[in-house]
Amino acid sequence: MKNLNELTIKEAGEGLKKKKFTSVELTQACLDRIKARNKEINAFITVCEESALEEAKIADGLIHQGKAGPLTGIPFAVKDAICTAEVRSTASAKILDNYIPPFDATVIGKIRSQGGVLLGKNNCDAFGHGASNENSMYGPVRNPHDLSKVAGGSSGGSAAAVADNMCIYAIAEDTGGSIRQPASFCGVTGFRPSYGRNSRYGIMPMGSSLDTVGPITKTVYDSALVMEQIAGNDRLDATTVNDPVPSYSEEVEGKIKGMRIGIPKEYFELEGLDEEVRKITEQQIAKLKKLGCKIEEVSLPHTKYAIAVYYIIVPSEDSSNLGRMDGIRYGVRQKGKDLYDLYASSRATGFPEEVKRRILIGTYALSAGYYDAYYKKAQTVRTLIKKDFENVFKKVDALITPTSPFPAFGIDEKKDNPLALYMADVMVSPASIAGMPALSVNCGKTAAGLPVGVQIIGPRLGEEAVLKIGDKLYS
Amino acid sequence: MSISIEELKKIAQLARIKLAPDEEKRYAETISVVLDYMKILNEVDTSGVEQTSQVTGLEDVVRADESRDCKIIKELLAQMPQMENNELVVPGVFENQADL
Repeated sequence: MKNLNELTIKEAGEGLKKKKFTSVELTQACLDRIKARNKEINAFITVCEESALEEAKIADGLIHQGKAGPLTGIPFAVKDAICTAEVRSTASAKILDNYIPPFDATVIGKIRSQGGVLLGKNNCDAFGHGASNENSMYGPVRNPHDLSKVAGGSSGGSAAAVADNMCIYAIAEDTGGSIRQPASFCGVTGFRPSYGRNSRYGIMPMGSSLDTVGPITKTVYDSALVMEQIAGNDRLDATTVNDPVPSYSEEVEGKIKGMRIGIPKEYFELEGLDEEVRKITEQQIAKLKKLGCKIEEVSLPHTKYAIAVYYIIVPSEDSSNLGRMDGIRYGVRQKGKDLYDLYASSRATGFPEEVKRRILIGTYALSAGYYDAYYKKAQTVRTLIKKDFENVFKKVDALITPTSPFPAFGIDEKKDNPLALYMADVMVSPASIAGMPALSVNCGKTAAGLPVGVQIIGPRLGEEAVLKIGDKLYS
Repeated sequence: MSISIEELKKIAQLARIKLAPDEEKRYAETISVVLDYMKILNEVDTSGVEQTSQVTGLEDVVRADESRDCKIIKELLAQMPQMENNELVVPGVFENQADL
């Protein structure tokens, strides 16, 4: 018998409905686990012990009255770069050390209004900048499978919290791989929806034309269940699409026989692809073939330009978005001899090194004389990357690739080499640039015991296919 | 280096980030490595290719321009770093700004 904190959403929901245990007991089990493990893992910046137990009590009342929704009474955690009403949201940067949002992000509001229990806020790379969770001003997150390794990033705290059973699931944010890559490093499921499928309202913006919000869960089914609750049009986010939200939790269990799955050859020709990662991915391809999928090799010729495109477009949008972090209306203000000095000092002490680097890169790329060479060039190559995906999705229903070319690396290993760290996103950033949905599923471990994730990418608004295929992979 | 210390200082000033001299050097070096890598994009022929700035294809999303009551005034004010008589206090905009 599993401990309560080890349950999936599906198991916990059934247990609550059958009154096998209460939400208070379930919540307490998660809080106990956080207390026992957070010192080492550092997955949470803020833990809401009191309010979580109060929310659990209310949820038990709803369940008792037969008013429970699918996420009622289920304890969850939220990436700290997502706004949560009355709960401190720092984005892992000291400039927001004291920031308490007066509102919930739309997706969080949808969960809390049906009685979801907010356990606390997860550590992440500050403002989502990173692939190792070492760019947090609250210390790095450690990988629960090996404490000397990184948890991945930027949503490292969320992935580690789910992997270590400190929560039942987490809500995180993915701009260029920030849900999928840490999910892969920590051995859990991470889902990035199509851009525009879920509301970004209340998500601290990074690359506004790429940002998405999605779940990190213990199973693919759970990701489908959460997506069904949080997806949909929002009048507060004009980039959300009007398409109706499918019943993902029904679709996810459907058969995949006859589906056409492409293997993008560029991903497998990549220099530096770990042999164990390749082998585990190939085993999953063989499994899909056995289940009746038609496998074929396809080509996405502009794949190798994705990192350059990503690290021009995102810092550019970032440098503009983070202009609002100025110490004037909220957050931490430093004293200055004049207005300029106040801005420059507040930003100097409130941002970690990598955030400043990205703002500087973005400011440079957008400045007069460089705009055409960098930003405009990146936007045109973005078109070609997007077209690559649109072309292959005329032939296949989904793509299968490794999530990361390698398993979790050592803490401090890539610290002094920002470009090496940027390259960690090589398999996750292309789908982000094109706005496609993508899923990382845990598919086993290396000989050294480190988890390996396999990625399924689908066409725009093709969430069902991605989830359905992912559900059949190793778990 | 793709970006000189002088250029970096100018960019940091535009971005309103105060940097110490050792930081200026470190950023100029690491950003130069990144900018050099970006040159890989010059391999791609993009003549006649449109720019992509968004992926949804949505156009002209509008809503009625109606005023709504703000229900969180107290909470918003509570977040302000410096207050006086229920108003936000900031340094003067036009004081000591001649050199910018």
